[in-house]
Amino acid sequence: MQEMKSETNQTGRFGEYGGQYIPETLMSEIDRLTAAYNHYKNDPDFKAELKDLLINYANRPSLLYHAKRMSADLGGAQIYFKREDLNHTGSHKINNVLGQILLAKRMGKTRIIAETGAGQHGVATATVAALMGMECEIFMGKLDTERQALNVYRMELLGAKVHAISTGTGTLKDAVNAAMQEWTRRMDDTHYVIGSTMGPHPFPTMVRDFQSVISKEIKAQLLQETGKLPDAVVACVGGGSNAIGAFYHFIDDSSVKLIGCEAAGKGIHTDQTAATLETGRIGIFHGMKSLFCQDDDGDIAPVYSISAGLDYPGIGPEHAALQAQKRVQYVGITDDEAVDAFEYIAQTEGIVAAIESSHAVAYVKKLAPTMRPDQIIVCNLSGRGDKDVAAIARYRGVDLHD
Amino acid sequence: MTKLQEAFTGENTFIGFTVAGDPSIEKSVEYVVAMANAGADVVELGIPFSDPVADGPVIQAADLRAFAAGITTDKIFEMVATIRQQTDVPLVFLSYANKIFDYGYDRFYQRCEELDVSGTVIPDLPVEERDELVPIAQKHGVAVIPLVAPTSGERVAKIVSGSQGFIYLVSSLGVTGMRDNVANDLTTTIEKIKAVTDTPVAVGFGIHTPEQVKQMNQIADGAIVGSGIVKLIEEQPNNATDAITKYVQEMKGLAQVK
Ligand SMILES: Cc1ncc(COP(=O)(O)O)c(C=O)c1O
Repeated sequence: MQEMKSETNQTGRFGEYGGQYIPETLMSEIDRLTAAYNHYKNDPDFKAELKDLLINYANRPSLLYHAKRMSADLGGAQIYFKREDLNHTGSHKINNVLGQILLAKRMGKTRIIAETGAGQHGVATATVAALMGMECEIFMGKLDTERQALNVYRMELLGAKVHAISTGTGTLKDAVNAAMQEWTRRMDDTHYVIGSTMGPHPFPTMVRDFQSVISKEIKAQLLQETGKLPDAVVACVGGGSNAIGAFYHFIDDSSVKLIGCEAAGKGIHTDQTAATLETGRIGIFHGMKSLFCQDDDGDIAPVYSISAGLDYPGIGPEHAALQAQKRVQYVGITDDEAVDAFEYIAQTEGIVAAIESSHAVAYVKKLAPTMRPDQIIVCNLSGRGDKDVAAIARYRGVDLHD
Repeated sequence: MTKLQEAFTGENTFIGFTVAGDPSIEKSVEYVVAMANAGADVVELGIPFSDPVADGPVIQAADLRAFAAGITTDKIFEMVATIRQQTDVPLVFLSYANKIFDYGYDRFYQRCEELDVSGTVIPDLPVEERDELVPIAQKHGVAVIPLVAPTSGERVAKIVSGSQGFIYLVSSLGVTGMRDNVANDLTTTIEKIKAVTDTPVAVGFGIHTPEQVKQMNQIADGAIVGSGIVKLIEEQPNNATDAITKYVQEMKGLAQVK
């Protein structure tokens, strides 16, 4: 696990972003969590147990796969996929969930709650809760339970109770609201496993540390295979956890371009977008100061994306800071581009990638032809796309029957 | 003596809450004035927010009614100007941090000062973060009212030190709403507060029956009723004046000399 770097101070600031903007009722619990995390992240037993689970349960290290057909077809840089889709439960979310639930167990918790958008974090949480014999309740926007119905059933199969949240826009933001409210009601025996690098400190730092295994492995795997660093690392950004995980160990390597792909929905100049870094402004929400899509009066704006996992009006504070420092470039990818990429990677490489990850693939399609064949792009495939097949079929006007 | 200090002299203080603009700007003005005339010592005005994470279903629904009526922060200030023509009851805003941050701290507190708004209660601004705003509010003579929760424990001293106006003691875990049982260990928390500061303590979240108000009057300096009043507006959005007047009179009637 990664040690906390110096850019985070006590209250978890990344430049002006971050902090702990949550109701007082939760602050003592947050203080306990911070202390527990700071202790266990250096505890040899904790680290050994987490490492064992990552290897023997989650299937780490994940493959770094050289996509030769796609590289040849695009006619530019060599493309490598970091195969987080091959992790147990099918996405990067398990890296964070194993860490947090292990920590919760050390803290004496017996009950786990979580929000979920696409359902991948909910599935990972329900899975690890089952493994550790803990009670589990998942909060999911009503709209998302409809567009990701398969994952709802998976969570229930794993023994979790799923609450469909119909307040607000019925999406990820509302699921976070509901999970936070539930935690405010009951915290003694309950840990809230936030699924991305967002929320109050220590979550953005803790989740990043648990996900940074992705870039640690990429670096070692690519050095071994090619003896080089990548020229670019590309990842999709919802709250920002798979992206920060893929970027983290390259932040100090200035030759490595880092590109985050956010969901532009129908386009960043329309009101149907979730491109927070390009269209949002600084605000305070969900426990953090960061960038948010807002209306003129400081209310959080409804956002839109075909991808339930990227359909979030905020962004983790570390990404807001990395954009301000111009260390990471953030680009918007529309629904159409993502769906095209979803089909393209399936047909050229035989990989059905998550619609979230397909946003990153879409940018790779644009970037690779502008680069030389001796250059390298690593694209993080954050999850697999089985959950999206039905929705993409609908998008293409195909009516699937059970 | 500030207006809030004055509101906490003599008998127990009764604080009534309503969401600004619920169900319309005109009616909302009328209901605030009705509360003041019925004896409320302080009126707390909620600034609606898209995502009121600390509020239960009753206040969430009121926020939606206010949005449907086209409420904005600027319109709330205009509303307060109208209220000020009819009553000088001490007013405090309840607002999520983003509404104030996005309006601009200095601009917001400047408007509060101009309109004689005495304080702000910000449920998502714990002591860890309040330094970014307290000096600005103080410059404009507006109190930033700290919240203490049943879970605050060792944090109490840090929270209430240097406090102004009053201390908002959250009665129970969870969100706002009407509860039948209010935590009994409030007395311990109040003792912890009183050991550090003379700032008066008012208890809110879940308080809605006369028995609860009586109980809070015995252990604290005052009681805050939110959802109980908002519910009356929900029941008869355009005709709640009589019900609010009767309710506030009854609650204020339970006040005792401290
Ligand atoms: C496969 C996949 N990728 C990416 C995301 C976006 O989250 P984050 O930005 O935290 O990686 C999600 C979220 O649900 C997801 O399921």
